[in-house]
Amino acid sequence: MYNFEFSKPSTVADAVAALASEDAQALGGGQTLLPTMKQRLAQPETLVSLTGIDELKGVCQGDNGAVVVGGATTHATVAADAAALYPALAALASHIGDPQVRNRGTIGGSLANNDPAACYPAAALGSGATITTNKRDIAADDYFQGMFTTALEEGEIITSVSFPVPEAANYQKFVQPASRFAMVGIFVAKYSDGVRVAVTGASEDGVYRWSEAEAALSSNFSASALSDLSVSSDGMITDLHATAAYRAHLVKVMTGRAVAAAS
Amino acid sequence: MPKDSGIGASNKRREDIRFLTGTGNYTDDINLNGQAYAHIVRSDMAHGTINSIDVSAAEAIDGVVKVFTAADFEGVGGIPCGWQVTDRHGQPMQEPKHPILAEGKVRHVGDPICVIVAETAELARDAADALNIDITELPAVIDMKDALADGATKVHDDLTNNLCYDWGFGSEDLDAVQNAFDTAHHVTTLELKNNRLVANPMEPRVAVGDYARHSDESTLYTTSQNPHVIRLLMGAFVLGIPEHKLRVVAPDVGGGFGAKIYHYAEEAIVTFAAKALGRPVKWTSSRSEAFVSDAHGRDHVTKIELAMDKEGKFLAVRTDTHANMGAYLSTFAPSIPTWLHGTLMAGNYTTPLIHVNVKAVFTNTTPVDAYRGAGRPEATFQLERVIDKAAREMGMDPVEIRRKNFITEFPYATPVAVEYDTGDYHATMDALLAKSDHAGFEARAAQSKANGKLRGFGIAHYIEACGIAPSALVGQLGARAGLYESATVRVNATGGLVVMTGSHSHGQGHETSFAQVVAEMIGIDESMVEIVHGDTANTPMGMGTYGSRSLAVGGSALVRATEKIINKAKKVAAHLMEAAEGDIELKDGQFTVAGTDKSVAWGDVTLAAYVPHNYPLEEIEPGLEETAFYDPANFTYPSGAYGCEVEVDPETGKVTVLGFTAADDFGNVVNPMIVEGQVHGGLAQGIGQALLENCAYDENGQLISASYMDYAMPRADDLPNFTVDHSSVTPCTHNPLGVKGCGEAGAIGSPPALVNAVIDALQRGGHDVAHIDMPLTPGRVWAAMNG
Repeated sequence: MYNFEFSKPSTVADAVAALASEDAQALGGGQTLLPTMKQRLAQPETLVSLTGIDELKGVCQGDNGAVVVGGATTHATVAADAAALYPALAALASHIGDPQVRNRGTIGGSLANNDPAACYPAAALGSGATITTNKRDIAADDYFQGMFTTALEEGEIITSVSFPVPEAANYQKFVQPASRFAMVGIFVAKYSDGVRVAVTGASEDGVYRWSEAEAALSSNFSASALSDLSVSSDGMITDLHATAAYRAHLVKVMTGRAVAAAS
Repeated sequence: MPKDSGIGASNKRREDIRFLTGTGNYTDDINLNGQAYAHIVRSDMAHGTINSIDVSAAEAIDGVVKVFTAADFEGVGGIPCGWQVTDRHGQPMQEPKHPILAEGKVRHVGDPICVIVAETAELARDAADALNIDITELPAVIDMKDALADGATKVHDDLTNNLCYDWGFGSEDLDAVQNAFDTAHHVTTLELKNNRLVANPMEPRVAVGDYARHSDESTLYTTSQNPHVIRLLMGAFVLGIPEHKLRVVAPDVGGGFGAKIYHYAEEAIVTFAAKALGRPVKWTSSRSEAFVSDAHGRDHVTKIELAMDKEGKFLAVRTDTHANMGAYLSTFAPSIPTWLHGTLMAGNYTTPLIHVNVKAVFTNTTPVDAYRGAGRPEATFQLERVIDKAAREMGMDPVEIRRKNFITEFPYATPVAVEYDTGDYHATMDALLAKSDHAGFEARAAQSKANGKLRGFGIAHYIEACGIAPSALVGQLGARAGLYESATVRVNATGGLVVMTGSHSHGQGHETSFAQVVAEMIGIDESMVEIVHGDTANTPMGMGTYGSRSLAVGGSALVRATEKIINKAKKVAAHLMEAAEGDIELKDGQFTVAGTDKSVAWGDVTLAAYVPHNYPLEEIEPGLEETAFYDPANFTYPSGAYGCEVEVDPETGKVTVLGFTAADDFGNVVNPMIVEGQVHGGLAQGIGQALLENCAYDENGQLISASYMDYAMPRADDLPNFTVDHSSVTPCTHNPLGVKGCGEAGAIGSPPALVNAVIDALQRGGHDVAHIDMPLTPGRVWAAMNG
């Protein structure tokens, strides 16, 4: 790890100011950034920790019934505090990484990083969440723009994420055996106006919605509704752990399992 | 009745008090006054020509002490190979130079190029950015068959080609072997890979070099399984330091699994640098470095053929293996695919004709050497896989085909040069079938089927050659070392003992089990026995710990030294009781005169030996300290029957290991709990190999499983509860304890049992799958099921 300056502001305004300096980078729980820095693959001049900002932490229910999670809330907190409000979201959070990761890693950090195999992007996209920053609200459909790419601008901080609560939902993760990130992860959520299906881990473009499945499930929310669908392996990731064809196959299998578990 | 002390007691491990309370003393805990820190700059290319190295900017950085390159090591020898294999034509293997730092070329990702020594570890690493190293990348040879093709890029320009040796072994009458195949009722053929593994001990390697100018003595603290071997190799072959001026200390070591047997460049680097700089120098491997610089294991590509008569009797076995050596020959690398692999190709079976062929190949990859089991897992895997395939092709039960061919009379001389002294393979198979509830399998399989899952049961029976090794024999086979073991037993005046062993414990629990042996022999409390190991300054010359040898060889030396102590103590006791030496008996720490009520206690005798006021000084010397060296008469041959029960998810190909039963014959057992723990660890690593672990290179020689993000280690939830049985006991006939060794068994027997179980599950599910290469990842199993 190279040397760097460190600041830990207690307000969003101070954090925004700190991030304005050259080569400054926001630090959530550090579960991706710190290992990258230890590998000397990242060299920020300044790290601005967001975990000292109380207003970014915690889980609550908004006036519209949505579950609102502060940007610097750890996975462990979501797993515990969202359990009654949005069980599928809490269950997803409770299976990210290991206890150490869950007690350090934050939802804002995960969504800002947008790892193509991360779990939270599937929950946010699958729930049609709104990502709120210090500047604006961004719909999940506009937020995710390809692996490790988001709508966030330089220095923009995720302050909260608002999840509309579905009638039924489930997340199915088929883990990559080494990292236990999602080799394929499927978040299915049934709302009164339709079903959303978000796929993580599979595509070279990062998290995406499987629109054919959404259409089929919106008219018939059962695994059998998927039987006539096929998933193309075009654009799917091939790596040491799985071929594109296998990932494409898993997308359908795990979607069926998510629907079965949710219904 | 389980014993509560001595041989056969499941004593808790005394070393765990320090290991579990964080008070162990590992090499990285050693920090010496004035210590500087070494950072090794390694090649990120698999193959390249070094055009220039400019260290001036790095050396100019404040706090950088020195940057070493190959030029600094010109007067130093290369890293020696400890075993010379002779090929099928009687010619010695091709043996390239293995320089301490890359000379002219880099030959694998991780090949060390420079050493930066600085005031802090961070500074040393930072300074690497200031180095100017110009390397022209060359094409890399990664695949073994590509490496042997005409015109292939050579890993070593001064060798003829990339073939280390072409070795043939076994039945001398090759016409008889061919005839057996030509006339057999059935021949089963299987092509398979034994996947390359990274050992991944919990503690990465560390080395600290120190030099005392006043005495001209060098000291190396290192994470080694065999400090005397390192002292000999590094002192005699690399740095030219005689043994009496070189001390090697391997303190607490956090796992070895073979990867810490070998002499590594970093050990020579810190020892050399400490003298050159006049201050201690420390190097601590990062996990990333460990992936590319610790010797890897396995990596065989094999074709095996099995000829049978119509009853399923084995007539002949023929194998053809390519074994990857990597870019250089690690210390024992040439011996693994030959003498630790070919000699086991009889397995537990009476196959009369066996022909083993091995081509060892240089590639632009990290060197490969012994990893838990070393050669024997590769032999067992191919044999037990081909037998399972043969049973299916012959319509026979996999248990029955094995039973039909078991060796039942001992001693048994195999066609591959070893003689099994004892064993009872039907007994271990019986124990397996009983303990695994094999009879209830069909009902369980039906239940799985009802749940939409495919259940399978796989069996493997293994043999291994442990207790390595008779020195005269291995000398004939090319070993450049003896493989005896040593022990010094020092009895103190008040009766306590310190036992200095040449074995090394890095997880095996020797401090507990060795003490059990000595305490039982004398009849005293184990707390009176201290086991000392790991420091060449206070232990006799020993060959260390690997090859499941410590109790069989080191324990035998311990017994011999303790026998010498007892014999001398009896002379003293006879003198004290004015009796004939031949009438003295030792029981429960008391010397008695047979047929009388006269006795003296152990402590009275030891005191007399050191305060010899009333002592037979004209007959024997005072004091009570003896050393014994033990060179085994034969290998030991542990064996066992392993059963694995799996469930395969037909939709995803995911394999779940539901149960694993290991029924071993380790001969006599000193500490059943430690033995069970050894089996558990071996099973975890064997199941890891079969299901998860995969050391993979891309075509350019980049290691693509170079961290735990991509290299899947087995975790607790990947494993079932193990059922371990050692009720089958055929004691070794040629060592004093009748012990065979247990350290590697789990890793040897489990991969074929697991793969056999998965194939069984798929076949039961109607999928005609004959083989899947390890690791059996969900994607591979799914692909096999779907053509």
